[in-house]
Amino acid sequence: MANQVCFRNNHLENSWSLSAYQSNGGYEVLKKILSEKLTPEELIEDIKLSNLRGRGGAGFPTGLKWSFMPRTVDGQKYIVCNSDEGEPGTCKDRDILRYNPHQLIEGMIIAGYCIDASVGYNYIRGEFWEPYARFEAALEEARAAGLLGDDILGSGFNFQLHSHLGAGAYVCGEETALLNSIEGKKGQPRFKPPFPAGFGLYGRPTTINNTESLASIPVILAKGGQWFLEQGLPSAGGEKLFSVSGHVNRPGNYEVPMGMPFSELLEMAGGVRDGHQLKAVIPGGSSTPVVPGEQMMDVNMDYDSIASAGSMLGAGSVIVMDETTCMPRVLTRLAYFYYEESCGQCTPCREGTGWLSRVTQRIEDGVGVAADIELLDSVAGNIEGTTICALGDAAAMPVRSFLKHYRDEFQYHIDHKKCMVESDW
Amino acid sequence: MSMISDSARSDIENWVDKYPAEEKQSAVMAALRIVQDENSGSLTTELMNEVATLLEMPEIAVYEVATFYSMYELKLVGRHKICVCTNISCMLNNSKAVVDKLEDKLGVKLGETTADGEFTLKEVECLGACVNAPVVQVGENYYEHLNPAINPDKIDQLLAELRGES
Amino acid sequence: MESSAEQNIVNIEINDISLQVEPGQMLIEVADANGVAIPRFCYHKKLSTSANCRMCLVEVEKAPKMLPACATQVMNGMKVWTKSPKAIAAQKSVMEFLLINHPLDCPVCDQGGECDLQDIAMGYGGDQTRYQERRRIVKDKDYGALVSTEMSRCIHCTRCVRFGEEVGGIAEIGGTGRGDHMEIGTYVQKSLSSELSGNIIDLCPVGALLSKPFLYSARAWELQSYLSIAPHDAVGSNIKIQTRNGKIMRVVPADNEEVNESWISDRDRFSYLGANESRVTSPMVRNSSGNLVETNWQAALDTVIKSFTEIIATDGGSAVGAIASPSSSVEEFYLLQKFMRGLGSNNIDFRLQQQDFSAGAEQSAPKLELSLQEIETQNSIFIIGSDIQREQPLLSHRVRKATLAGAVVSTINPKTIEFNFAISTSVKTDKLTPALAGVAKELLSRGLGGDLNLEQLLTDGAVNIAVEAEHKEIADSLVNGENSMVLLGALAYRDQNQSRIYSLATAISKMSNSSLNIVTEGANALGGVLAGAVPYHSAGKVEVSECGVDVAEMISNPPKGVVLFGVEADKDLAGDDSAIDSLGSGFVVAITPFMDRLTYEHADVVLPLAGFGESSGTFVNAEGRWQSFSGAVKPLGEARPGWKILRVLGSSAELQGFELDSSEQVLNEVKALCDVTADKSEPEISNWSAPTDLGNIEAEMVKPIPLYEVDAVVRRSAPLQEQAKKLTGGVDDV
Ligand SMILES: Cc1cc2nc3c(=O)[nH]c(=O)nc-3n(C[C@H](O)[C@H](O)[C@H](O)COP(=O)(O)O)c2cc1C
Ligand code: SF4
Ligand code: FES
Repeated sequence: MANQVCFRNNHLENSWSLSAYQSNGGYEVLKKILSEKLTPEELIEDIKLSNLRGRGGAGFPTGLKWSFMPRTVDGQKYIVCNSDEGEPGTCKDRDILRYNPHQLIEGMIIAGYCIDASVGYNYIRGEFWEPYARFEAALEEARAAGLLGDDILGSGFNFQLHSHLGAGAYVCGEETALLNSIEGKKGQPRFKPPFPAGFGLYGRPTTINNTESLASIPVILAKGGQWFLEQGLPSAGGEKLFSVSGHVNRPGNYEVPMGMPFSELLEMAGGVRDGHQLKAVIPGGSSTPVVPGEQMMDVNMDYDSIASAGSMLGAGSVIVMDETTCMPRVLTRLAYFYYEESCGQCTPCREGTGWLSRVTQRIEDGVGVAADIELLDSVAGNIEGTTICALGDAAAMPVRSFLKHYRDEFQYHIDHKKCMVESDW
Repeated sequence: MSMISDSARSDIENWVDKYPAEEKQSAVMAALRIVQDENSGSLTTELMNEVATLLEMPEIAVYEVATFYSMYELKLVGRHKICVCTNISCMLNNSKAVVDKLEDKLGVKLGETTADGEFTLKEVECLGACVNAPVVQVGENYYEHLNPAINPDKIDQLLAELRGES
Repeated sequence: MESSAEQNIVNIEINDISLQVEPGQMLIEVADANGVAIPRFCYHKKLSTSANCRMCLVEVEKAPKMLPACATQVMNGMKVWTKSPKAIAAQKSVMEFLLINHPLDCPVCDQGGECDLQDIAMGYGGDQTRYQERRRIVKDKDYGALVSTEMSRCIHCTRCVRFGEEVGGIAEIGGTGRGDHMEIGTYVQKSLSSELSGNIIDLCPVGALLSKPFLYSARAWELQSYLSIAPHDAVGSNIKIQTRNGKIMRVVPADNEEVNESWISDRDRFSYLGANESRVTSPMVRNSSGNLVETNWQAALDTVIKSFTEIIATDGGSAVGAIASPSSSVEEFYLLQKFMRGLGSNNIDFRLQQQDFSAGAEQSAPKLELSLQEIETQNSIFIIGSDIQREQPLLSHRVRKATLAGAVVSTINPKTIEFNFAISTSVKTDKLTPALAGVAKELLSRGLGGDLNLEQLLTDGAVNIAVEAEHKEIADSLVNGENSMVLLGALAYRDQNQSRIYSLATAISKMSNSSLNIVTEGANALGGVLAGAVPYHSAGKVEVSECGVDVAEMISNPPKGVVLFGVEADKDLAGDDSAIDSLGSGFVVAITPFMDRLTYEHADVVLPLAGFGESSGTFVNAEGRWQSFSGAVKPLGEARPGWKILRVLGSSAELQGFELDSSEQVLNEVKALCDVTADKSEPEISNWSAPTDLGNIEAEMVKPIPLYEVDAVVRRSAPLQEQAKKLTGGVDDV
């Protein structure tokens, strides 16, 4: 099975419209919750049962996260959706916003209901103008239909939802940087604790979830947590979106069961581009460790299986590389990315990402020296675990994994001042 | 004399309304984008100061925001800013050829603006459209699958469209 | 969360040593309190925690990663190692990261010798750098005349940024740009406008922010430090005067939580640069052709005694008088009044800018009823006639802290005054009395008048007092505030209707159950009153049989012989030039560090007085805190400490009780006369009764004295004057 959750409407004409969404059962769960006055506790239980794990990258169980919210504490609370989607390789949330925005809206309203938040913000990266416009239009439709705003469907439940547009900063995808950004500040991550559930947006209790996580909610509650769980594995329920990009014949977003063998997913994506062989895969977005192709062919697309191959499922962003790929060149580009995107507040990340970028660049440029490989490994190791947010780790992990699996290519670059492989790109 | 038009002001007001009354500053990102758009795509210190006054925030706090996010421009840019993604998925799909072709066609390097002020070429990080790589963004639009080896005419078409020729 | 009340002790172990500590603290605080050294750059006990430098990483049992000690709360049972191999490795690697882009210019850097980076690098830095790329170069910023920048040395600890927002109360410095490109600065070229800006020099752990006037003038290890007290306002900020070869090289704060915490104002920090400008360095006497000529001490003193004896012989003791600076020391005030009273005169005063003296002895001692620290705990603060932020920068900081904790502040002030804290009700007026009377009348109408007998004054009196909406708001906030305070500042003190304003303020504080707090100009006004340097009582507030004349009277009706002590008459006194000339008409003895117009044109004898940092003494701050200091350098030239000059004058005039060997002896004598302990809490106006009229209700409010015009030393500090020229905002003198 495929396309049962976030992409369940994509086949419909104007799938982003309210009528299309409602033609396929949209907003029914919300109606049911409000009219039957289902309790947040039972809803959260169902989400726990579904074992929906956060789709933003960390895989934290969503039901558990919601249960941390101090529901009984008075005052404003917030639900925030993370549509900042900036991790290289990741482009699934964009399509949810473009093709199924109402499902996200319904998911956010239900989330607000469950955690006692009457206001929500959807943080959409600034480059996503078209998805933003689709989402805004959907908000208008929902408000006009009495599905959003004050006294939703006459239930007495109020929920206001707004978009907030970013302006170009990968680090704002980190949840506390994102909160600072909504507050009109630089997107610098906050030191935790305190955690957002206690001290979040404007200092109020806040839950932050990824777009895909929130958009999955209506389907989970419509079909039941058990159903969702059964689509995947006990360790992680559901179908999940995988963005398959790079050297494949049919790159695209595929919503498939958690735990699908990588080989099958690769086949869905048309296999490695014509005439080429699989060399390496980054399975979860640029910050997850690279896995050699042959090893990847034995891996299933779930948290545990990928972990056993030394990497992470992340946001399910599968980057496929064929044998024409020069690994030092790819790493150089990634190291530059983290250097450019470091927010700059903590020392190891600010200084370390620049260092990694400069050393990889000089290896790539053919002016590296023998000691550089050890240096890279050690600098990356020194960043790991010492920073405020996970961007530091995200910068270090590719370096360490590329060196682990492709050290010879780096050595070759240093020794021969050129690439080991020929690429046509 | 204000340099921000009435329509931009009311646009900014709409953003202010989304946030709690005492959190006007939340609208700063939107405000900067709006005034930048109105000012041919870049910001000036005077504009930032006006935004600071409008949103009752310290000027330095506006400068911090304007210089932190990569979509704000603090130097003049061309009428069209062509943002080319060169990150991993685009790179694997030959974004280098996209850059080469654009540089060649426009006669400028990445980071530069054409002499006629029509185009600025800018390298950007992942645009979040990796499965449609290689990708460029111009204004509000994405242009995808631009690999010249596969779609030889797409870049020419794009430039023609931007020049108003199509 | 453990909520039980008995949960006020946490057991932790640091480096295998068990400690019992208060909950809620961060590890670094506990370590500091117990002498465990943890390296740090961004953490500062007086600033919010940013936890961004990562230098303080320590190992905590069961934590998967090293944790920053500055941002990790102590938890029961926590085991922490600050020097385990893992902790040291983390600290070393952070150090390496910090050093890769830091210039290797320690030999030419002013911070050398007191650089946190240098010190910590000694312990943690690797022997040689593994970094081969070019180091980051950052453009320097122009912060004005006081702070110089070397931004390539910046390690992005953001202490200066947080100081501006949190203490200076004005966000001027920020971090612009992102990542490695981030630059700390003002983004646009701009002088810092905070009156506390110099503190960022001390806060900067490296040599990125330095004292501009001190630049390249000495190395830290060559300096000797002397504890002293800043002489420009009534806070009594603790300072260290640092000298080399008998010369003052710079002034830095000395920590005193109760007084100035870790800060000093720019005025306190940079005034020393004016200390040696236009100094009088030897005694002088005016010769027969009208010129001042240098002479020796004996000859000068003889001239004084001879002339004064003659004047007193013909016109009596009351024909002489003395005017002193409000920043004279207790010892000086005391000996000066003793000298005058020995000569048979009660004409002595230091209240240079006061215009209305009608309250007389009723205003026994102008002081704060609260301690400086207690100001922070107020929830309603009513400021009457005070540009507090510029008059008393560090007292103002306490008010600001109170507002950050939620206090409401209301003010009655001239239009031009703005503050760096939020004001909830602001009455902007040029007439103080009517507004104050309005507030009092509102409180009275609420039945709070008790037995104060205010009805005649406020309701049945000749003038009809209007109660405006703001007056009601102020009354509300004072009555509703659990801890409320009334604060009277220099503009009230200098008002033509001062005595009635004081009465009204007292009535308001009594009716609203608020404390009454008075802050005066100068460093030692309270000390002046206690030491008896006022016409109506002698030391220890012993009333005199016949009240002398006040300073205003001495100006309009000058004594035949007058001693000006530490006064720069043409700038310090209220009134115009004709007043100065009038005062100069008698026999003038100027005891002063500086040559000024009155001295130059009118003084008959000039006795060189020790200047800033050159003598010992005592100031009583606005709280009633007696703070003594010693000299840091020898007096310039022939100048002598005031107490010595006055002692010799007294003995030369053959007066009793001038056989004093040391300034401590003088101080002990004053202290014995004053109830030193009681002075910490005694309310201002003890025998208060309602005045029968409102006095000069139409009196125009006076203008604030600009920040860098308050006294002769500050006025002579070139960097402060240059900075003043660049500053905008604050006092707008039009
Ligand atoms: C540097 C960095 C970038 C991130 N970017 C994103 C992002 O673009 N989208 C996202 O949903 N989560 C992102 N995350 C993860 C978020 O911090 C957060 O864990 C997530 O939004 C939580 O939602 P979930 O529990 O539904 O996954 C990022 C984290 C880091 C450290
Ligand atoms: S790890 Fe990097 S991005 Fe994250 S807070 Fe530190 S400097 Fe900023
Ligand atoms: S002192 Fe703790 S991170 Fe800087």
